[in-house]
Amino acid sequence: MSDPSTASIVSTPPAHMPTEAGSGAPVDAGLPESAQKEQKPRSLLGDAWQDLRRKPLFWISAAFIVLFVVMAAVPFVFTSGDAVNGDLARSRVEPSSSAWFGYDVQGRDVFARTIYGARASIVVALLSTILTLLIGGAMGIIAGYRGGWVDALLSRIADIFFGLPFVLGSIVILTTFNGSGTDNGEWTIMGLVILSLTVLTWPVVMRLMRSSVLATKEADYIIAARAMGASTGRIILKHLLPNCLAPLLVYGTIMVGSFIGAEATLSFLGIGLKTPVVSWGIMISEAQNYIRVSPFLLFFPAAFLVTAVLSFVMLGEAVREALDPKLR
Amino acid sequence: MSEQSVPGADGSGRPAGRLLEVDDLRVEFRTRDGVAKVINGVTYHVNAGETLAVLGESGSGKSVTAQTIMGILDTPPGFVTGGQVRFHGKDMLKMSAEQRRRIRGEGIAMIFQDSLSALNPVFTVGFQIAEQFRIRRGMSRADAKKRSIEMLDQVKIPNAKGRYSNYPHQFSGGMRQRAMIAMSLALDPEVLIADEPTTALDVTVQAQIMDLLGELQRERRMGMILITHDLGVVADVADRIAVMYAGRIVEEADVYELYAKPAHPYTLGLLNSIPRMDEKGQELRTIKGLPPNLMNIPPGCPFNPRCPMAQPVCREKVPPLLQIGSGRASACHFAEELVSRD
Amino acid sequence: MGRYLLRRLLQLVPVFIGTTFLIYWLVWKVPGDPFAGKCGDRGCPDNFRAMMTEKYHLDQSIWVQYASYMKNLFQGDFGITYSGREISDIIMTSYPNTLKLAVVALTIEAVIGLGAGVLTGLRRNGFLDNLVLISTLFLIALPVFVIGFLLQWLLGVKWGIIHPTVSGEMRMSELIVPGFVLGSASMAYIARVARTSIAENRRADYVRTAIAKGLPMRRVVGVHLLRNSLIPVVTLLGTDLGALMGGAIITEGIFGINGIGRQVLRSIVTKESATVVGIVVVLVLVYLVMNLLVDLLYAALDPRIRYE
Repeated sequence: MSDPSTASIVSTPPAHMPTEAGSGAPVDAGLPESAQKEQKPRSLLGDAWQDLRRKPLFWISAAFIVLFVVMAAVPFVFTSGDAVNGDLARSRVEPSSSAWFGYDVQGRDVFARTIYGARASIVVALLSTILTLLIGGAMGIIAGYRGGWVDALLSRIADIFFGLPFVLGSIVILTTFNGSGTDNGEWTIMGLVILSLTVLTWPVVMRLMRSSVLATKEADYIIAARAMGASTGRIILKHLLPNCLAPLLVYGTIMVGSFIGAEATLSFLGIGLKTPVVSWGIMISEAQNYIRVSPFLLFFPAAFLVTAVLSFVMLGEAVREALDPKLR
Repeated sequence: MSEQSVPGADGSGRPAGRLLEVDDLRVEFRTRDGVAKVINGVTYHVNAGETLAVLGESGSGKSVTAQTIMGILDTPPGFVTGGQVRFHGKDMLKMSAEQRRRIRGEGIAMIFQDSLSALNPVFTVGFQIAEQFRIRRGMSRADAKKRSIEMLDQVKIPNAKGRYSNYPHQFSGGMRQRAMIAMSLALDPEVLIADEPTTALDVTVQAQIMDLLGELQRERRMGMILITHDLGVVADVADRIAVMYAGRIVEEADVYELYAKPAHPYTLGLLNSIPRMDEKGQELRTIKGLPPNLMNIPPGCPFNPRCPMAQPVCREKVPPLLQIGSGRASACHFAEELVSRD
Repeated sequence: MGRYLLRRLLQLVPVFIGTTFLIYWLVWKVPGDPFAGKCGDRGCPDNFRAMMTEKYHLDQSIWVQYASYMKNLFQGDFGITYSGREISDIIMTSYPNTLKLAVVALTIEAVIGLGAGVLTGLRRNGFLDNLVLISTLFLIALPVFVIGFLLQWLLGVKWGIIHPTVSGEMRMSELIVPGFVLGSASMAYIARVARTSIAENRRADYVRTAIAKGLPMRRVVGVHLLRNSLIPVVTLLGTDLGALMGGAIITEGIFGINGIGRQVLRSIVTKESATVVGIVVVLVLVYLVMNLLVDLLYAALDPRIRYE
């Protein structure tokens, strides 16, 4: 997903869904209330967890994610190879038992590079996600809760950033601050990539959060809390946030996946991370010129990239399905 | 027909007048958490020109029975596991999908509880009525429109012509239910099933709608099955009442007899729980406990855990629905005692 | 209706100004000297500097620069490149190619995405349903450039079914694979949205009513169910046309299509600030107008939506 701004995989519940209580939905008519009451009461999250535990997809994607995170944290456990320095004598040597993934043009060990590549991708994706959720979430809560001109102003600001096509926007931002003439350090570039991803994506989270807040704001228990004199801060922290958290959580998980893809896209375009940083996007970008003669150069980083993205997207999907009883 | 069912007045099995018969119907819902036996041998019938009220709490299976008759049961989770639904003596459950479709609307029509969700929100009310004339009767658009406006007139919607092109959400609740009635009567059905037609309405509007339904039923000599949980609604309109509990008919009787002398403790409980003007200040006498879990119906009489008259036999033997006196039946071991005591 | 339209148009103005100003500022102001590295290694000749400074008011504040740029723009003057070419000319030659690609992508999205979504929504949990669920997951998860390369390599290089790149003539048959690549993620979303929408509406009371009226299944599904379920899908498709053009950079690059995305990328590399801004302004405008149209369309499709 190179364009996370269109990622609407999370279906926000319509703001005005009538609760089913009392309407006597015909499908449920045969299932008496006592059927549920006799069992131990379970919370929504507890229910979701029960549901998740039964899903192989959840365990598979979770296992992959743990694997990639460990890979990012301690890559040297997986390989003793050198990811940065190569030996030109081994340029484009095919995979073998001594070097499972072969060597690239510069004679660098592809397996080692693929393993080390996880770090940049995961770090960028995780940090951008956290930043996006924080900024977008805060803006959404403020806009939704305050309403009025605050809402109008914040929504227009969000529209401004939302109006920029994602790839185009990040290209402009990154070439401006990280163009060919600039000489930024590894961490500066990472920071810039994180920044541009965040700047272009926070409006999505804001809209999600805003509609979520708007939907719950008028709920009776919130009105009751307000009537009993709870402070705004308390209402937001204790009542609004927990109820809006579920869609945010799901979206966040999927966003990590799409950001991994986006980082790779930017590196591929030559405006994101740059050598000597090792990342899957850089590897794919370097491999594209040799696609006819040495397709394995493209295959391994692409496979890791796709697996990583898929794991996060699938985890998010599994969580979403578990949280949404309608989909069961 | 088995012994458990109510034989006709002459006891000869199947009198010719029977328009729609449900015979020993069984339906279960297969869900992830288990199998719920929702309908456990329901038997009732309705004749032309007669109104049968089916009374019961939510979850008693009254709506599911109606859905099974109409063939709109959600499958899965709902499955018919036994019994027959006969229309003019022919078992509809054995008919082809196309044969059943032809009966819908023309033979048996249905009014739903919540007219806002039962009408399609993106089409005008007029379109939804006229559609039947066009598709089922092959009428031209203009004719269908004319007939539809007549239908809206018949259910006493003011300015029917103007209302024709309004969307459902532009109607008030009562008017929308009238439009729903007009829609269900468009093809002149022989049987009308009204599934809690007034539950979603204000009390004053409820009475108007019930009056309208009663009037139309008499005019058209339709058979009507009125599904409700509201004893108050029943008295004026119904000829006979069938009381349902846990997927069974527990009592069936003429409306006056039932009110005067209920032959089942559950019916008695229901009647007692109606608030009465002359007993102001007294606590309402509600039925204790909850309806049984349909995934795990207690052995014996399903009502026994809540029954004030329960005896050991009630926990062991399911009481069959037996005739007691002419035209009435009860599924209680102590039905005779109930009727004979004062 | 008229007032609603007016209000939406008024809302659009600040967003348009904000977005374009942001881009203008990023491209012209942030890098410092607007001429740095723009005329090759020798630097720009003085008379050229003087001409550009006058044309774009480079000696004045960013506000004046932006205002005069916009003024010219709405008179149809997009400015000229450093080599003296009319920027409007560049846009006019490349924009139709991108539009063509986007329309092909949209068509593929609509046909395949909708078809798959409706089929699986009606028959859930079958083999086809699982196939669609898994394949859409892949399409959503795979970055466009990976899908692009994969298909180009498989179909173009390995099997030789298609020519790896698109010729200047932009024949429809050549655009199918690039269109598929460009629309792949959206296609997957559309399939999923349609599937969920159909599956949810299938159990709706009004569908039950339609069946109870004795309508043929064809009509129940084709008229009552589809009409309601397609509302979110149609709006998604509409928004996408605007988004596709801005997202075509990578697809155009891979398949060598001479579209607006490739132009903008080239202009960024050669630091043609005026071209970059010009193209982005057009794209933003198209995107905003499409979103407005979708809003109006939404209200037309769902009578319950009231214009405030």
